[in-house]
Amino acid sequence: MSEGRVRVVRTSTANLAAVRAAFRRLGHAVDVTDDPDLIAESARVVLPGVGAFSAALDAVRSRGLHEAVEARVRGERATLAVCLGLQLLAEGSEEAPGVSGLSILKGSAKRFDPSLGRVPHMGWNRIEAPGSADILRSGHGYFAHSYRLEEAPEGWTVAWSEYGGRFVAAVERGLVLACQFHPELSGRYGAALLSGWLEAGT
Amino acid sequence: MALTVRVVPCLDVRDGRVVKGVKFQGLVDQGDPAELAAAYEAQGADEVVVLDVSATPEGRSTRLETVRRVRGCLSVPVTVGGGLSRVEHAEALLEAGADKVSVNTAAVLRPGLLEELASRFGAQCVVLAVDAAATERGGCASGYEVVVRSGSERTGRDAVAWAREAQERGAGEILLTSFDRDGTREGYELTLLKAVREAVHVPIVASGGADSPQHMADAVDAGADAVLAASIFHQDQWTVGRIKEALAGLGVVVRPTDSQEAGP
Repeated sequence: MSEGRVRVVRTSTANLAAVRAAFRRLGHAVDVTDDPDLIAESARVVLPGVGAFSAALDAVRSRGLHEAVEARVRGERATLAVCLGLQLLAEGSEEAPGVSGLSILKGSAKRFDPSLGRVPHMGWNRIEAPGSADILRSGHGYFAHSYRLEEAPEGWTVAWSEYGGRFVAAVERGLVLACQFHPELSGRYGAALLSGWLEAGT
Repeated sequence: MALTVRVVPCLDVRDGRVVKGVKFQGLVDQGDPAELAAAYEAQGADEVVVLDVSATPEGRSTRLETVRRVRGCLSVPVTVGGGLSRVEHAEALLEAGADKVSVNTAAVLRPGLLEELASRFGAQCVVLAVDAAATERGGCASGYEVVVRSGSERTGRDAVAWAREAQERGAGEILLTSFDRDGTREGYELTLLKAVREAVHVPIVASGGADSPQHMADAVDAGADAVLAASIFHQDQWTVGRIKEALAGLGVVVRPTDSQEAGP
């Protein structure tokens, strides 16, 4: 069943138990790896996101994993980025001024203004996906973050959420899906989304 | 649409079983944690909190096996607390499947723990549990003081000032329990809630005293972002789904249950 395995990029001390459990419930085993060849070759790869922007980026770059991730995303191969994982694909983040992201997505993550609402943005919010999306659907997803993209990255299909103004809840292109929320913690909506990503292109 | 109000069942666990008491005493068995957690998710729970209520008095760490079992069945977030006093404890809980860790007594004794946890795991992972009681002898500007060791010890520390300090030190959420209301079913302590709401910008989970959707709606009006309850759910009086329907009827924006929201 190696074909059914999902490979998760080791970024830091990210909490991967929920990601493992979510894929296991869908019948897929999960391996965590920092082998650039495996990341380049695997059928399905997850770029998880917990921790700080620059620390996660350092972990990816120091092991030379960024090139494999970048090649997958540019080639529109089955890749799922979650939360901070989405922000790593962008050009940068207010969390770490002067640090360049992988710059595959145009735009930089900015912090929510505390005067507009509670920060972190933590909890379930409505996600509106366009009818043209292949994988993304509308529903409620679980968010836990303080930074987000405000502008639609050029060339991507975007799902939006509202929190003191609209922000990017998720983007997709080909078999690449990048979610600011946590599909692995988003109940049946999240499970259906993961299932759609696993089945897309097969 | 705005962020929805979370309805959060709490599992107080001792020796691997869910228990419930009044003012943290007189504990009665309520069932298996993983089974209860799964049932709550199916009913529409937005998150589940697991607190090992025996951990602090007996000096035991929360049982990791319970967390693993709960994680295996749940696809909504899990917050775990109880007797957590070191970064290594938090790391083990997160590896076992917690999404957030809650600290209480240990942070009061050593507030620097909050900075250690936030810098290691991020503020969104760190919940400060504050057990607050009306002061008996005065001395706190807010009228509420922090109690620790499952309520057996009053600290004289102002509960509202402590919540603000904890936010500055890196707590990403405040789990605010009224010791005076816990298990009493008299409703949340709204004066306390309003005072903490004024003091912090991080989300607040209201806890202690809920007996009805009206109590929960009142807590939301007072500034709660999430409403936690235990007794009301354990005894089949209300399901999470019925609570959420009633809350929606009271004008509170909640996440629709799966049956109400067409899946993808």
